[in-house]
Amino acid sequence: MQWTELIVFSALFLLVTVMGFLAARWQKGDTLEHLDEWGLGGRKFGSWITWFLVGGDLYTAYTFVAVPALMFGAGATGFFALPYTVILYPLVFLPLVRMWSVSRVHGYVTPADFVKGRYGSHWLALIIAITGIFATMPYIALQLVGLEAVLRSMGLNGSGILGHLPLFIAFVILALYTYQSGLRAPALIAFVKDILIYVVILVAIIYLPAKFGGWGEIFNDADAKFKATPAPGDGILLNANNQLQYATLALGSALALFLYPHSLTGILASRGRNVIKRNMVALPAYSLLLGLLALLGFVAISAGTKPIVNQATGRPDTNTIVPELFGANFPSWFAGIAFAAIGIGALVPAAIMSIAAANLWTRNIYKEYLKKNASPAEEAKQAKLASLVVKFGAVAFIVFIDPQFSIDLQLIGGVIILQTLPAVAIALYTRWFHLYGLVAGWVGGMAYGMYLLYLIPSADGSRKHFGGSALALEKLSLFGWHPFDGSKVQIYVGIVALTVNLLVAVIVTLIAKKAKAFNGTDQTDPSDYHVDEDSPRVKPVAAH
Amino acid sequence: MPSDHKTGLRWSNWNLLLILPLLMLVTPWFNQDEPRVFGLPFFYWYQFLFVPLGVLCVGLVYVKTKDEPVVTGKPDKLGVDDLDEGAN
Repeated sequence: MQWTELIVFSALFLLVTVMGFLAARWQKGDTLEHLDEWGLGGRKFGSWITWFLVGGDLYTAYTFVAVPALMFGAGATGFFALPYTVILYPLVFLPLVRMWSVSRVHGYVTPADFVKGRYGSHWLALIIAITGIFATMPYIALQLVGLEAVLRSMGLNGSGILGHLPLFIAFVILALYTYQSGLRAPALIAFVKDILIYVVILVAIIYLPAKFGGWGEIFNDADAKFKATPAPGDGILLNANNQLQYATLALGSALALFLYPHSLTGILASRGRNVIKRNMVALPAYSLLLGLLALLGFVAISAGTKPIVNQATGRPDTNTIVPELFGANFPSWFAGIAFAAIGIGALVPAAIMSIAAANLWTRNIYKEYLKKNASPAEEAKQAKLASLVVKFGAVAFIVFIDPQFSIDLQLIGGVIILQTLPAVAIALYTRWFHLYGLVAGWVGGMAYGMYLLYLIPSADGSRKHFGGSALALEKLSLFGWHPFDGSKVQIYVGIVALTVNLLVAVIVTLIAKKAKAFNGTDQTDPSDYHVDEDSPRVKPVAAH
Repeated sequence: MPSDHKTGLRWSNWNLLLILPLLMLVTPWFNQDEPRVFGLPFFYWYQFLFVPLGVLCVGLVYVKTKDEPVVTGKPDKLGVDDLDEGAN
């Protein structure tokens, strides 16, 4: 047991717990009994709060743990996280402000709310809502993987169900203050989390390379390690077969990120269009941090860091690489701060994700199908309860099912959330796609994506199916026809599935238009997409 | 201003700058070890350079399209209620 680390960690954890409960009173509106308040923090966050909130939301503990672990294990392919988070902001800059405006005019809380308003179809909205919930759940579970990596590094590495107890306690506390304070809790805690993360990474990135002979040495060590392994795909550079995968994974991940309901929650909680635009300029500061952090995976190779064996599963857990690196090379008090940064880094996104999933459940399933005349107070109550269910569902995932399963599901999550792109993102610009086309495209893209993921074995050959998201082109088949037979070049499955989705959507749209099928009613007006905070047309916050 | 009321799209040529960072996806241009800077292979520092480039592109678009009038500023598109509110 590492007591100093544990005490520093516990002290910081206690601090954010107190902040989480007090957050209910921070900038409070007239009532918390409304989704605008509980679920979106009153829709009035300014540039700074939004920067911390969205930054804390997108750059999760899992990212901070898994990206260096990937670099440690496979090399350059893990660096896709940098292009992913660089091209992200230019891609979403324009669509996000449109989404904010139309949501502000009509009081939309979730992406499915928008789809329902745009196409007048609660069925299409249901598909979007279920896709969102299903993609978010394993993401929450993954935050627990990040948190547990830290707890186990501090010596809380028990076996069996009891080994998960520290994790369980941390999550009960998180569940309680999220229940009470809603989105304000993660918004306030994000300040602590991000400041800790910045301090830790900057110190690590300056101190550690010097300790191990500078970057030149570190890259040479990594190069030597990868050359010695039999695996063909690793190395400090890309090879002929994984460059396409690198680029398509970065692109696909960037397209997918703001389709996740929790990313949109942070955007809709902001005060106005300029807040979002300024953040699109300022958020890449986190990307820089993530890129530097990724390189710590190579530092761990030079330092000879060994992943610790997870007593609950009996396998070495590469996600413990960064905590172990910090633990071995920093004084224990600083390692404690670093662990707290990662641990709290898991709480912020977990809270926002559970709120986003709860909003989807409440707005697009509960209110739509179970209790049509639910009052705003009943909606808020329902969402609070749903947030509890979602969190304990995630804990159960980790405790009772192999954590590897949630990592696989997360991989699938990226592919399935991409299938909502036509209905959510393209619909922001045009209603050209027919309702039937969107539904058919979703079904086609989803089915083909799942089929392709099923074909992929894991890199170490231990499992035959769902072993990754990089598909060799030779395996692409269309009713038994293999257009790229013999090609080992890899591509990200999400992009292939999205292409199929769009093709099906176009074909069915053309047919439906020819047949003059009813295409739903559009409740939005073209001018809704440009409304800003000072407009008289915005819907009053938390009004009935 | 080229505003198409039917689709509600507003276009500025500055928006084209948003495509520039996508060049980061052309891996053959930078998938090499040399020249190194501070020990970092070209592959890594080249991609780090795209962070400020991305910020510059998005920042320029933000600043250059800031002054475009919002739709509510166009009297011809306002309803009676909106005009009332605007007079306050």
